Amino acid sequence: MFKWKTDEFSWVDFTIDVLRVLIVLGVVVGAWNTLSSGRITLAQWVNLFAAGLSQGSIYALIALGYTLVYGILLMINFAHGEVFMAGAFSTVFLAEAFNRTGFLNDQPLLAIPLMIMFAGLVSMTVAILLERVAYRPLRGSPRLVPLITAIGASFFLQYTFRGLYGSGFKAYPQVKILQGAISLGGINIPIVQIFVFFSALALMLCLYWLVERTRIGKAMRAVSENKEVARLMGIDIDFVIMFTFGVGGFLAGSAGVINGVFRPQGVNFFMGFIPGIKAFTAAVLGGIGNIPGAMLGGLFLGVIEAIGPNLVLAGLGIPGANQLKDVIAFTMLVLVLIFRPQGILGERLSEKKA
Amino acid sequence: MALLEVKDIHTYYGNIHALKGVSFEVDSGEIIALIGSNGAGKTTTLRTISGLMAPREGSVTYDGEEISRMRADLLVSKGISMVPEGRGVFAKLTVEENLDMGAYIRRDGAIKDDLKSAYSLFPRLEERRKQFAGTLSGGEQQMLAIARALMSKPRLLLLDEPSMGLAPVLVDGVFETVQRIASEGVTILLVEQNAHMALQIADRGYVLQSGEVAISDTAANLQQNETVQKTYLGID
Ligand SMILES: Nc1ncnc2c1ncn2[C@@H]1O[C@H](COP(=O)(O)OP(=O)(O)OP(=O)(O)O)[C@@H](O)[C@H]1O
Ligand SMILES: [Mg+2]
Repeated sequence: MFKWKTDEFSWVDFTIDVLRVLIVLGVVVGAWNTLSSGRITLAQWVNLFAAGLSQGSIYALIALGYTLVYGILLMINFAHGEVFMAGAFSTVFLAEAFNRTGFLNDQPLLAIPLMIMFAGLVSMTVAILLERVAYRPLRGSPRLVPLITAIGASFFLQYTFRGLYGSGFKAYPQVKILQGAISLGGINIPIVQIFVFFSALALMLCLYWLVERTRIGKAMRAVSENKEVARLMGIDIDFVIMFTFGVGGFLAGSAGVINGVFRPQGVNFFMGFIPGIKAFTAAVLGGIGNIPGAMLGGLFLGVIEAIGPNLVLAGLGIPGANQLKDVIAFTMLVLVLIFRPQGILGERLSEKKA
Repeated sequence: MALLEVKDIHTYYGNIHALKGVSFEVDSGEIIALIGSNGAGKTTTLRTISGLMAPREGSVTYDGEEISRMRADLLVSKGISMVPEGRGVFAKLTVEENLDMGAYIRRDGAIKDDLKSAYSLFPRLEERRKQFAGTLSGGEQQMLAIARALMSKPRLLLLDEPSMGLAPVLVDGVFETVQRIASEGVTILLVEQNAHMALQIADRGYVLQSGEVAISDTAANLQQNETVQKTYLGID
């Protein structure tokens, strides 16, 4: 905590400590004001929490892609938001076709998984191509190089998809079965939120099984720990890296459809940017490279985003608090980087890894 | 015909000329000791054979095939397995998962049986099979590294200082194990600082000095050789 010894006094530490106190004060005062005013009922809090969990589970799915790639290559794939967009944008056309033919609403439990598969495969292909074309040739070069390449690849993907599908906005069709809400002890929870949360959960369980129980999953962990020894086991490193990109891509693509069911509007070539940064924040929150961390970080960010503005910002008298969601997310990113760069579950990064 | 024939290899780390024309042979069924002081090039030799590094000149022939430019992971399926210097167990994988990785290239049904025989060779590993390898003691990690290398069913086993950092009691155990593995038909190329023990179990040996083979002879003769006694066995 505080360092009182003057011989160690540093303005950086001092500023950080002051910042820390101000933040805690702000949160406490804001929360106190909101709660004591009783403006928001318990049922409303529960609703905010549920919405946050659904949004968070989408962040978590995307965040896993960042964390998987970081775990294996110590590299941040900043084009991952575009991988998400590729699946989400491409599948909107399939969804429209399913809707026109009536398949979507006749057989939603078949149509939606098909859409998820399709989006997953599209994003997976994009992620694998990205690795193969943009990152593999640069492996072993200084860290800044793939980072800059990622930004270039981001723009390349955005404008490729703009070229393919145009620059207009599209929207996912509504799924009738997911409209409405169910009442749990007098609190209405939208069915779509329950669907989003549980389908994301199912995908995360599949990932957990893949990484923990299968041969290729063990190989992924082995490669992330020591590439040279992994080669001595007969593991084809390049294949495992490609596979890892593919898995991250699949999860991002499926998140694209789940997101489209949750928030049908806003599908266009630029849609990957904000979710990409949010998911990156979630991955950092949980400790980048850490799989359960990315899951928890996503859920945590979703909930904080939903509750934070109403609880803290509104309580501090800041107008239009709900419009300031993104401020909360990015403030969290900055705060985590300052106070706990290893994230919630992460180990402290050593010099070598950092 | 020799199982492994290393011919005049030159291996570099950037500009550092680590191997300056190393040549030797390993016949099927032999235990060959490679001894030499720190920095002589023992590890580099093994890394060159296993495909982690490629020689700039010279050739490595295994089972009649030139392998010096072949990828390390493909050589494992050809029957070359290596226990790297410093063990290299996967700390965040459990003991059993480490062994599974040793059998990564195999698709046959006998893996379960081989896991059993690994555990009967090293009962300590069975007690700890669900434990993360990083929590094992140094000696246990060495056992795991050897057991893991055997899981690929190698014909040629490369061992880089398996006795390093072990208490004297454990050192005896390691050399006994190496002999036992050899008696089951695995050919062994053993790199050791502990020249005394290595020459006791080896058939033949090579002495490396600054990247070159200085002496080559049968193990028995090497034990009697004056230079070897002075430099590597500590006998005056
Ligand atoms: N990564 C590296 N980069 C540069 N030079 C290296 C590297 N590894 C080894 N060398 C050099 O190559 C030479 C041979 O090293 P090597 O590791 O093969 O020796 P060694 O016989 O295994 O020694 P030790 O008994 O200490 O393990 C040494 O001069 C060493 O300094
Ligand atoms: Mg060495």
